[in-house]
Amino acid sequence: MTDGGVNHSRPQSIGNTGLSDADSVVSQEVTVANKEGLHARPVMRFVDVASTFSASISVFNQSGRNERVDGKSAMEMMLLEAVQGSVLRIEAKGCDARSAVEALSSLVESGFSDGSSAEAGSP
Amino acid sequence: MEILRGISIAPGVAVGEVVVLEAEVFRIPRRIISVEQIDAELNSLEEAIAESIEEITAQTKFLGTNLGRDAANVFKWHIGVLKDRSLRKSIRDQIRKGRCSAAYATSTVMRNYQRRFMQMKDPLLVERMRDVQDIERRLLRHILGESREDLAHLTKPTILVAHDLTPTQTAQLAGTRVIGVALDAGASTSHTAILLRSWGKPGVIGLNDISNRLSGGDTLIIDGTNRLVIANPNEATLSEYCEKEAAFVRFTGALDELKDLPAVTRDGHRVSLTCNIEFPYEARIGREKGGDGIGLYRTEFLFLRSEGTPSEDHQCASYREAIEGMGGNPVTIRTFDLGADKYTQQRRYEQERNPMLGLRSIRFSLQNLDMFKIQLRAILRASVYGPTRVMFPLINSLMEFRQAKMTVHDAMEDLEEEGIPIDRDIPIGMMLETPAAAIQVKEFCREVDFISIGTNDLVQYLLAVDRGNEQVSQLYTPSHPAVLRALRDVVRMCTLAKVDVSLCGEMAGAPLYTMFLVGLGLTSLSMAPANIPEIKKLIRRVTLPQAQRVARKALSFETDRQVTNYLRDETRKVLPEDPI
Repeated sequence: MTDGGVNHSRPQSIGNTGLSDADSVVSQEVTVANKEGLHARPVMRFVDVASTFSASISVFNQSGRNERVDGKSAMEMMLLEAVQGSVLRIEAKGCDARSAVEALSSLVESGFSDGSSAEAGSP
Repeated sequence: MEILRGISIAPGVAVGEVVVLEAEVFRIPRRIISVEQIDAELNSLEEAIAESIEEITAQTKFLGTNLGRDAANVFKWHIGVLKDRSLRKSIRDQIRKGRCSAAYATSTVMRNYQRRFMQMKDPLLVERMRDVQDIERRLLRHILGESREDLAHLTKPTILVAHDLTPTQTAQLAGTRVIGVALDAGASTSHTAILLRSWGKPGVIGLNDISNRLSGGDTLIIDGTNRLVIANPNEATLSEYCEKEAAFVRFTGALDELKDLPAVTRDGHRVSLTCNIEFPYEARIGREKGGDGIGLYRTEFLFLRSEGTPSEDHQCASYREAIEGMGGNPVTIRTFDLGADKYTQQRRYEQERNPMLGLRSIRFSLQNLDMFKIQLRAILRASVYGPTRVMFPLINSLMEFRQAKMTVHDAMEDLEEEGIPIDRDIPIGMMLETPAAAIQVKEFCREVDFISIGTNDLVQYLLAVDRGNEQVSQLYTPSHPAVLRALRDVVRMCTLAKVDVSLCGEMAGAPLYTMFLVGLGLTSLSMAPANIPEIKKLIRRVTLPQAQRVARKALSFETDRQVTNYLRDETRKVLPEDPI
């Protein structure tokens, strides 16, 4: 991947480092890459991936109203009004928060391509 | 008793019990449930969700690859929403805390989301509102099961109250026992309003929140003549309006008796009254009302009933239905007038800053020649089933007309090569609805077979007033002296050039202007079928010299107010019993 790839900005833990895993909050900003923005198919891809994690997932559209929506909710994700170029903040809380944010960020930045993660990460 | 004012879509009075149309055809009663009932309602919600998911899965499986990829993705999202835990939690909370039924809770929560989609900037996201509506309806159908009420099964005369109606829903009102309509939304020139007008029953729109104020079983008076509705009237008002309603029914009954008589002035001058229609089945209604043909078939309504561009066969079948429905009277088919306020599939195109001056109508067709040619082929194929004319909207320059006409000839050649029968002599005409076309009418007369004056757009462009903009719509009036003079010049020029000229805007269906138009020399007016009886009655009461005198006098005024007052007085003299 070229510019804007996943590896340019690692997910950041926020809050005290002394917190237990279950409480850790991880968040990352990503830019919506695909042309159609977050419409039916991308929303469902996001929700499906988010739902595989036990962490709670919040998403904010920083280019929009910046309200919190539930990343596992098909309805709320559609309400994000995310278009190509929108900057989203994905925030996860729970024991698998870090992997959730990584998976979801790369999904958004890959433009929701149907390919596997290997394909998305290839140069 | 509560009096609300709005915009009238049709005159007349109706009194009846209310059905609030929520979520299409479901009436959701607002009743408080007992604590013991809460579990049952929660179960009912869960079952409805499971059944809805099953139903969508089965439907998409059945359609398989016939379902396009976009539609398949949208249905996947529908399932996603039905499985959505936060959504389910909101509905469950509503049932518990609001102590309301599963149906009511579902409706409330889904409405809330619909409102949020409606406020979005991206038109594709605004469309999602329809999807949320769809999901809501599906859930309600499962929750309510057999107890649902639909309009086709109303057992007594009913007043329909709704937030808004889709054109398709509006079209379905014909043949039900709905006697009047009151809507929250709407401008008098919206497509729903046009359809309601052609349906011909009294209605008031633009009432803001009437669908929230009323519930099923309330009594509502609709006074379309005075642009108001009265909710839960007192005894005196109710009996007063019951009398008015009876008088209105007698009045329309008397008009219907005119249907087999020609529209001819007392001194024998014949005027042809034709219909504006949106759906082919209206041809039949038009004939029942005594129409002499179809002066304007608005084909873009085909888009409302199909996904994407309607196919050639589908279009051909619709045109044929209208042509055959008219039983030998001519049918003027206007090619797609898409764009501007008539957005359908075109939502996908880039948003325009000024759509009324943008890519609309014939401009759109000429930039989408494949679509245009399909339509022309369908019209030509249908032309063998009865007298047909083809008309291009919004022609603004000779080049546009020539290019459109050439496309018709291309389509003709193709069809002939394929051995498909067509009417080779099909008349090809234009709508005259821009100031430029009005000024150049002389040149157009040399090239067109007929001209139809579209006053809705002509008035709007001449006066530079957006009729859909509530802040300035009061400035929109066909009575403006500039409009009257433009009409005079166009009719005069067409008459000199012996080009068939008619008028098909809403002005044609307004009794206020009938004498003026007949006096100008127009012999053909096209209007909503419901307006025909009254216009016919008026024409049968006047003489041509009388109408000519009215036209001359109307043209002598300096302001639109003087014109309107004068025409109102003259019309009242002829139709003293009518609400004008």
